[in-house]
Amino acid sequence: MNNKLKRGRGDLVFDIINYTLLTLGMLMVLYPLYFIVIGSVSDPNAVYEGRVYLLPRGVTLDGYRRIFKEESIWTGYGNTFLYTFSGTALNVVLTISAAFTLSRKSLPGRNFFMFMIIFTMFFNGGLIPSYLLVQRLGLIDKIWALIFPVAVGPWNLIIARTFFQTSIPDELCEAAYIDGSSHIHMFIRVVLPLSRALIAIMVLFYAIAHWNSYFSALIYLRSESKYPLQLILRNILIENDVSSSMVYDAYSVGEKQKLADLIKFGVIIVSSIPVLILYPFVQKYFVQGVMIGAIKG
Amino acid sequence: MKAGTERKIKFIFTNYQLYLLLFPTIVFFVVFRYIPMYGVQIAFRDYMVTKGFLGSEWVGLKHFERFFQTPDFWMLIQNTLGISLYNLMAGFPLPIIVALLLHQLNHKGYKRFIQTTLYAPHFISIVVLVGIILVFLSPRHGLINHLIRLLGGETVFFMGKPEYFKSIYVLSGVWQSTGWGTVIYLAALSNISPELYESSIVDGANKWQRMLHIDLPGILPTAIILLILNSGYMLSVGFEKIYLMQNSLNRTTSEVISTYVYKTGLINAQYSYSSAIGLFDAVINLFILIIVNRLARKFSETSLW
Repeated sequence: MNNKLKRGRGDLVFDIINYTLLTLGMLMVLYPLYFIVIGSVSDPNAVYEGRVYLLPRGVTLDGYRRIFKEESIWTGYGNTFLYTFSGTALNVVLTISAAFTLSRKSLPGRNFFMFMIIFTMFFNGGLIPSYLLVQRLGLIDKIWALIFPVAVGPWNLIIARTFFQTSIPDELCEAAYIDGSSHIHMFIRVVLPLSRALIAIMVLFYAIAHWNSYFSALIYLRSESKYPLQLILRNILIENDVSSSMVYDAYSVGEKQKLADLIKFGVIIVSSIPVLILYPFVQKYFVQGVMIGAIKG
Repeated sequence: MKAGTERKIKFIFTNYQLYLLLFPTIVFFVVFRYIPMYGVQIAFRDYMVTKGFLGSEWVGLKHFERFFQTPDFWMLIQNTLGISLYNLMAGFPLPIIVALLLHQLNHKGYKRFIQTTLYAPHFISIVVLVGIILVFLSPRHGLINHLIRLLGGETVFFMGKPEYFKSIYVLSGVWQSTGWGTVIYLAALSNISPELYESSIVDGANKWQRMLHIDLPGILPTAIILLILNSGYMLSVGFEKIYLMQNSLNRTTSEVISTYVYKTGLINAQYSYSSAIGLFDAVINLFILIIVNRLARKFSETSLW
């Protein structure tokens, strides 16, 4: 009895400390995100002078109005959609079909192929040889340069293979073969319908990676009309290169900088909207994906 | 033996469709991963575009020697290792601690709310993350400097001071990835058998003791695997974020091997020289991975292979 009481008190102290720590941590993560939201709708003067901390001041949608009129952002948006969509389609088709084959335990050569794939996670030729290859293939300044060199991610392949190994037993396939189905027929008719969760995970993993990437575009693309959103964002956010058409009416350098900051906050939000919309699904499936990956396959 | 080979060949013929599904992926790996490994031999040659990979003159270790002798060599090694180790020390234990704490949170709804918030920054792109850093740390009108002045301090030019670079890089990384890092540990924690908790409660263990004696050992194998995997990237601090955070004022602490490879290789077109640096980097990484894996196998039951 005494023991239990002591434990009860110890647990209470533990809980109080635990809730406090986690709540503090949560606020530290949340506040910068929240600040961007209120910064994007506040009067730029108030942000500039440090009068915005908890609530927006002098609410204005001016920043968003300027962003919506800026063409380069929408071209970037369109390009990114195109790259994300086509890149992800190729990623998912290749990853899932290869993972299915590699999940069959009786397959001769399975270990060899797996080793060949996993080895690339720990050793690679490096930036320059890869760049020279893309150049040789004539892909510079082509959309394919953003798609082919990242066509299959080894980590995603492992996740998909583990999924098939644990959820599509060999016996199920064998039963289908006895009925006279071919492998491809059976893959499309039996395996894929059973793998909706996996497909969702793969689509989200790859799509977010494409949406957020800027490096391939930086080294392989030349013409600005093909730039994805992240490169446009880089100009605005990092190079502080807010095009003059967005701040044409600013009458001084200081005024221009205030507007530029307002635009930066807004651009961060606008560029993250698709991810924000997907976030509830993303969270659910991403966590599932990591869980599958955690079962060491 | 012979019968086995025959059976295999027969299997391959009757199951050619399975290989058909695999084929495009293998082509991808050969073309985009193994051909560059073959191409890395330009590190030992004076690569000329007109002469190709094989036609260019063989110069042995010339480019490696040049790299070891460049005045930047030690700066690069120091910065790269410094950032890696700092990142590991700050970024590795924190997800473990947060996962252990989250696991003890009784209120399901509140737990989910905290998780949703903590995971969010993981989905922000690097460009946006660095954009956020710059806006917050801006000397004249950034939030941090407003706060510093409010508390009576002097304005700090964070991005222009080399001594702050590593901390800004690492702490913003901690902000972005700690939450997401907990997912894998929470998965491991959910696999711990409930019987262990029940019997420990009967024995009178409180939450702190359960966390220390059940949860922590339960996620140790996962932690070791992740530590080994991380060690394999010791010398390859991600290019993408550093490059965006760099400026001419902080270069003495922000230049790392990967950014140097990019600048010498793609901007100055010294293909062979920067391939040599890249190869040096990759080999050291592989070497560290093998050693750490061996150590892990020796001192614990867990290892990659």
